[in-house]
Amino acid sequence: MGVSAEPASSTGVASPTSQYLTFRLGDQEYGVPILAVQEIKGQSMITPIPNAPSYLPGVMNLRGMIVPVVDLRVKFRLSDAGYDKFTVIVLVSLGAKIVGMVVDAVSDVLDLPATEIQSVPSLGGQVDAGFVSGLGRAGEKLIVLLDVAKLLDGDARVGVPGLP
Amino acid sequence: MLRVGEWGPALALTPSQPIRPGSAAGVDAVTEELRALFIEEAAEQLAEFQAGVLRLEDAPGDAETVAVIFRIAHSLKGSSAIMRFGEITRFTHVLESLLDHIREGGRAVTPEVIDVLLASGDVLQSLVDRIQAGDSAPVEPDGAVERVRATIAALLDQTDPKDRCAAAAGAPRPTLYRIDFRPSPDALRRGLDPLRIIGQLAELGELRDATPDLSALPALSELEPERCYLAWTLTLLTTSAREELDACLSFAAEPGGLRIMPVPAVEAVAAPLGEWPRRRASDRDEAAVIRVAVDKVDRLLNLVGELVTTQTMLAQAVTDLSADGFAKVQEAVARMDRHARDLHHSILGVRMVSVKTLFARFPRLVRDLAQAAGKQVAVELCGEETEIDKSVIEKIGDPLQHLVRNAVDHGLEPAADRREAGKPEIGRVRLEAYQRGGSVYIDVSDDGRGLDRDRILTLARARGLVAAGENPSDEDVFALIFRPGFSTAATVSEVSGRGVGMDVVKRSVEALGGSVTLWTEPGRGTRFRIKLPLTLALLDGQVLQVGDQVYVLPLVAITESVRPAPGSVRAIDGAGEVVMVRRTPLPLLRLGRLFGVKAVSEDPTEGLVVIVEHEEHRMALLVDGLLGQQQVVIKSLETHFRKVDAIGGATILGDGRVSLILDIAGLIALARNGAGREAPMASVAAEK
Repeated sequence: MGVSAEPASSTGVASPTSQYLTFRLGDQEYGVPILAVQEIKGQSMITPIPNAPSYLPGVMNLRGMIVPVVDLRVKFRLSDAGYDKFTVIVLVSLGAKIVGMVVDAVSDVLDLPATEIQSVPSLGGQVDAGFVSGLGRAGEKLIVLLDVAKLLDGDARVGVPGLP
Repeated sequence: MLRVGEWGPALALTPSQPIRPGSAAGVDAVTEELRALFIEEAAEQLAEFQAGVLRLEDAPGDAETVAVIFRIAHSLKGSSAIMRFGEITRFTHVLESLLDHIREGGRAVTPEVIDVLLASGDVLQSLVDRIQAGDSAPVEPDGAVERVRATIAALLDQTDPKDRCAAAAGAPRPTLYRIDFRPSPDALRRGLDPLRIIGQLAELGELRDATPDLSALPALSELEPERCYLAWTLTLLTTSAREELDACLSFAAEPGGLRIMPVPAVEAVAAPLGEWPRRRASDRDEAAVIRVAVDKVDRLLNLVGELVTTQTMLAQAVTDLSADGFAKVQEAVARMDRHARDLHHSILGVRMVSVKTLFARFPRLVRDLAQAAGKQVAVELCGEETEIDKSVIEKIGDPLQHLVRNAVDHGLEPAADRREAGKPEIGRVRLEAYQRGGSVYIDVSDDGRGLDRDRILTLARARGLVAAGENPSDEDVFALIFRPGFSTAATVSEVSGRGVGMDVVKRSVEALGGSVTLWTEPGRGTRFRIKLPLTLALLDGQVLQVGDQVYVLPLVAITESVRPAPGSVRAIDGAGEVVMVRRTPLPLLRLGRLFGVKAVSEDPTEGLVVIVEHEEHRMALLVDGLLGQQQVVIKSLETHFRKVDAIGGATILGDGRVSLILDIAGLIALARNGAGREAPMASVAAEK
């Protein structure tokens, strides 16, 4: 994973840029604001929480802190990719709280100028549009930018139909 | 530069606006911190003050004790003046005059004086409490404050009419002064904050106006941040003498930079009392501050230093992985292990505070109770240096107070009865704290009449708690006083003693993970023994296995573990399962099913049932096996997640894995509510 050093001015427009950490869930690339990312951890032992929704595999030990882990692949109802050597947990901080997100693989850190980010019409049901803050374009790739706070706001959030 | 900027808004006052603490946004954070410190110190000082006054009551001529309480009043006056808590400053000033009279030998310590001193302590405490509670509205002078102040004034009047003006507030007419104040240029460098000094001046009366003189202010590029360029013209309405104003300002003023001139007063209004600083809501968590003994911090520093040294040693050793180097690595790892353990232990010690502050309130309480009941009671405090977790200290005060109150009110007999019984007339109440193993014990004992077994039994029979023919053991009889509802109003309390709210005492102690036991003997007295965990951060746990999961169960909740005999588990229609243990049916909870974990032993006779108890309720938990007992550090799930039903928290096991700690009360509630769709729960009541 390398930091993309491509300056924002390459687009020719002086617009504010933000950095995003991008990762893969299934075949799609997603991104979260880099400032929300605390760290990235490889496989960790996860302890299940009784009667938690299926997208919440449990809690893990982050240097003595007990933090919940959300499996975005389950949350977005992607076919279960299982765990392999690329599966990692991205730890994001939401105010004082830290939450882990299981993703298939971390891809890159991208500078996205505001002009390259569009708002979302509708995503055709796969991902609740409420979680998406916009669509980013980086060359040929289309990146779904996630609103971390909405995504992880409590766990009872009814993002996926069929869950309590 | 910044500092000058900060003063601007604070001192741009309109004529009718006195300087109000906390009005300068820039200094708020600092003030807030100082305020918390003040409150904490004041609480300690007032406890000491009270203890001193009580000592003085026993030995009225003791000059040393007088000196001690004078010192406390004086230091409180000083610190409150710095913090601009005017009402406390004014009150301690009056109090100081009285103590000064005693100190100079002009006044005998009569019971009257003791009473007024104790009342003063109460008044000051209530003032401090009000600051802590953060009353934002300007409080009208409190009736109690004025009453005590008047009593002191009256006492002072008897001896020295000249001192009256100091005591009777507002007697002389206030004068309006115009003050030109130019601080010396190096005032800031000397640590003299003109804002604070003006604030102190404002305490002497009503600051009508403060106009800064900015003429000496150089261009920004020329400005030295540590040099004071400002001067002020202040208008103050005060009853204080000119000398007092002079004393307040002169030490910070430039030579010749201070002029105090009386202005003919247009109107004379008495200085307003009580301005209370506003407190931000976010600062309301009182438990957030711990005062830690320096030696504890030093020890921590030492340990961390050792750890760093060992880490360096380890780093060097791994570069050389010959046989020799490997031995070094092993040694370093062993050392690190030891340091880590020590460090852990020491950090836990930071949370520990001595019970001294907890006990301090009891001499006074007993004195007042004894006076009200017309009894003579002596208090003994032992083991005040015993340390216990700060959060336990905060929560155990009320239960203890309850026990002490009962001991004085009901446990001890009136002097006449005691004489008749051949006992000393002065009754004895004793509080003793000590540590044994991982627990702290607090004993509350009296040498009174003891519990009346027959009375309790009669009452219990009348209430149907004990069957007519039954003759329970002493232990069972005395346990009855802890039953809710048993001890209300005019039950046992009048005759044999203990009464009101013993169930509350028991419940509060149990909520802290402790227990209460009692010993009593007719004619010799009663002793309550409270057992408390040393800290709430640690838990003695039983580690158990269900499928591939490992849970921790609080050891204190477990009564026994058995392997169910074949045929002992029965399903009850619509009510789940019960397991017969020694011919008693207990609701059976299959932990695996409840938590959605695949258990190894679907057949109960292959697993184990752990029988747990919580307040009258018992039930059996089906698990795969027990893995051993260990002390675990309790961590909250709520810090980063949320509360989970039937889970009390989590801990980290030796392998770094998170393990959930079961909450027995929550499990029982789950079982009783028949929750958990997968596992039909027993709704059979668990009462014996």
